[in-house]
Amino acid sequence: MSFPWAQEYKPVNPLMRYLDERLPLPRFVYNAVGAGYPVPRNLNYMWNFGVLAGFALVMQIVTGIVLAMHYAANAGVAFDSVEHIMRDVNWGWMLRYGHANGASMFFIVIYIHIFRGFFYSSYKAPREMIWLLGVVIFLLVMATAFMGYVLPWGQMSFWGAKVITGLFSAIPFVGEPLQQWLLGGFAPDNAALNRFFSLHFLLPFVTLGVIILHVWALHIPGSSNPTGIEVKTESDTVPFHPYYTAKDGFGLGVFLIVYASLVFFAPNLLGHPDNYIPANPMSTPAHIVPEWYFWPFYAILRAFTYDFFIIPAKLMGVLAMFSAILVWFFLPWLDNGPVRSGHYRPLFRKFFYLLVIDVLVLGYCGGAPAAEPFVMISQIASMYYFLHFLVILPIVASIEKPQPLPFSITESVLGKDKSAVLRPEMSSTPATA
Amino acid sequence: MVRLFGPLVGLFFAVALFWSFGNGAYVAMTEEVPETAEEMFHKHPEEVAFSFDSAMGTFDKRQLQRGFQVYKEVCANCHSLKHVTFRDLAAIGYNEAEVKAIAKQWPSKAQTFDPKTGDRGERTNLPSDPFPAVYYAGQGVPPDLSLITKARHGGPQYVRSLLAGYAEQEGYKNEQGIELLKKFPDAKTPDGLYFNPYFANLNLAMPAPLVSDGQVTYSDGTSASVKQMSTDVSAFLAWTAEPKLDKRKQTGWAVLGFLLFATVLAYFAKRNVWSNVH
Ligand code: HEC
Ligand code: HEM
Repeated sequence: MSFPWAQEYKPVNPLMRYLDERLPLPRFVYNAVGAGYPVPRNLNYMWNFGVLAGFALVMQIVTGIVLAMHYAANAGVAFDSVEHIMRDVNWGWMLRYGHANGASMFFIVIYIHIFRGFFYSSYKAPREMIWLLGVVIFLLVMATAFMGYVLPWGQMSFWGAKVITGLFSAIPFVGEPLQQWLLGGFAPDNAALNRFFSLHFLLPFVTLGVIILHVWALHIPGSSNPTGIEVKTESDTVPFHPYYTAKDGFGLGVFLIVYASLVFFAPNLLGHPDNYIPANPMSTPAHIVPEWYFWPFYAILRAFTYDFFIIPAKLMGVLAMFSAILVWFFLPWLDNGPVRSGHYRPLFRKFFYLLVIDVLVLGYCGGAPAAEPFVMISQIASMYYFLHFLVILPIVASIEKPQPLPFSITESVLGKDKSAVLRPEMSSTPATA
Repeated sequence: MVRLFGPLVGLFFAVALFWSFGNGAYVAMTEEVPETAEEMFHKHPEEVAFSFDSAMGTFDKRQLQRGFQVYKEVCANCHSLKHVTFRDLAAIGYNEAEVKAIAKQWPSKAQTFDPKTGDRGERTNLPSDPFPAVYYAGQGVPPDLSLITKARHGGPQYVRSLLAGYAEQEGYKNEQGIELLKKFPDAKTPDGLYFNPYFANLNLAMPAPLVSDGQVTYSDGTSASVKQMSTDVSAFLAWTAEPKLDKRKQTGWAVLGFLLFATVLAYFAKRNVWSNVH
């Protein structure tokens, strides 16, 4: 579906016309990210990050496939094969650093994208399905990144795999056999490495599939916008191309500058030195920490230090860590107030900024050693995390008095909206497409 | 349903967390955390500038050659360098004949195995061989050094401080003037280990390898103080860990230059496209 004023694809080139009649793929693209998709005219740069996340995924797939041509998924040689990529493969160091830092960039972008969703309540009806699919994508990418980190088979790879699969052993009765089944043994070894490689190769393509569904679902109601009010008339929108292709193009440039700075000038900044030590099951690193993008959840996991009635602390931690992401699935129903945008929700906005600080604090504690005061800080921060989503948001939604909304998107941009009907000068200039 | 069960689940986690917090706080208040010798006496690496630190910085080949000489004459007795081949030395300024000679004269030899007879033997190293494995009979396991500067916090600065930082434990004081053995009589370095405040737990199995000035005679005339040798060999080990560093930064500047240019263009393109909308 799209708005009635969406431009129609009219191929002029005979070849394109021939193609359009048989397999309308160009029409599909035109309607998805071309001039055929009308988008609110007032999107700010926060709306850039979906495109950037898609770009980051493609980059991971391209670098990953070439890495996989040189990498050997065997516990005896995996570490050396990564060093072989770094030293002997032409531009191998760039591929490898590009892939490792690409994962970090992916998470930076996806976190901003998600927090954009929190602030503008993009999850609210009619966009619940987009949001749900987004959370699925996030889970898939987390699983992918976790298994990717195991592949170089350094100390953190090995011990990270051991700790994370060890979480499953907290499940009553079936835990131990489940962990052994997942690993194909009692500890991470060749069987685990091989299956992780296989899944690490597969999951990005599954992710790609879910992203297509995500974008499909997006095109039903169309993009939301910083005011959170729905598109009413044509003057509220501009065609995606050239307006947002141009805007996203600039954003992509900034993204690539940050990314290139990491890859070429600080490629190991976000990594852990221990992963340059080959995996050694006999020697436990002093501090086992995952990659930075897992730190907030790692802090929640470690915040449960005492058994709670009959529930062992470890099981509580595992439940809480998974719940910390699973609550996002329920967000559209937990926060069900009528107004979307945080700009018009003064009370909600305060709690939103608290949440941002809270997650940053959790992230810091998750990367720090499991000692005081970090444990106590992460306990408080985890408490706020759960209360925010499960208690505060529903209350805020029912007691808050939102500020008055503008009449339309056009009014919010121009300060006035002469009429809520089609403005001829806008509709007669279908840009330059 | 969600708005009924959601808050209950939230309170459940919050109460469980509060339980952990309360218990932890009680322990923190009632039990003193014992001070440890590692915490009080472990030192962070000394700050020192290397030629390759900054985004513009490159390796100093003469320093790398000096560092290689220290590795060859001292460290190679115990440490291997398995990710580096002899011919890689060409990148730090040795010519083909020199590389051949270094490979040939290397004291430990490449291992051979004859599948017909089952005999194991040795042969002289070829330029294409990696630095051969080293067997060490003493206490401890000397790690392979190829990646050591990337495998430790502080990188080359850490290695340099470690090498130059051995100290006499008897009477050793930290910056606050506290004497280690007075404060922790049990922390005396065990036999076969050596005291070094830069090592995480203060005692390691490596005897101080660089002990006297002039232990190595540099061919370029640089005076070989212990500090100088430590710095040079650390720079050399930074090169073995990241041989592509110079090329990486060089590529980086070209890429950044292009991206900046393209991004400025993209910015004006965007302004241009949007000029009729705002
Ligand atoms: C007599 C043998 C010997 C010589 C010579 C030697 N080392 Fe070592 N080295 C060791 C041993 C043994 C260890 C393991 C120490 C431990 O883990 O307790 C070690 C460990 C190290 C470590 C790792 C410390 C850590 O953080 O785990 C570095 C770095 C190192 N050596 C550098 C060098 C350098 C550079 C040289 C040459 C200047 C050198 N070594 C010479 C025996 C030696
Ligand atoms: C969702 C997208 C992806 C993410 C987030 C991701 C993440 C990661 C991470 C974090 C590592 C460890 C990097 C390191 O420390 O060295 C890694 C390694 C690896 N990945 Fe991926 N990856 C993705 C897609 C892919 C794809 C599509 C392939 C192949 C088809 C691939 C192949 C590899 C290989 C061969 C390695 C091991 C080499 C290495 O360690 O650098 N990845 N990945």
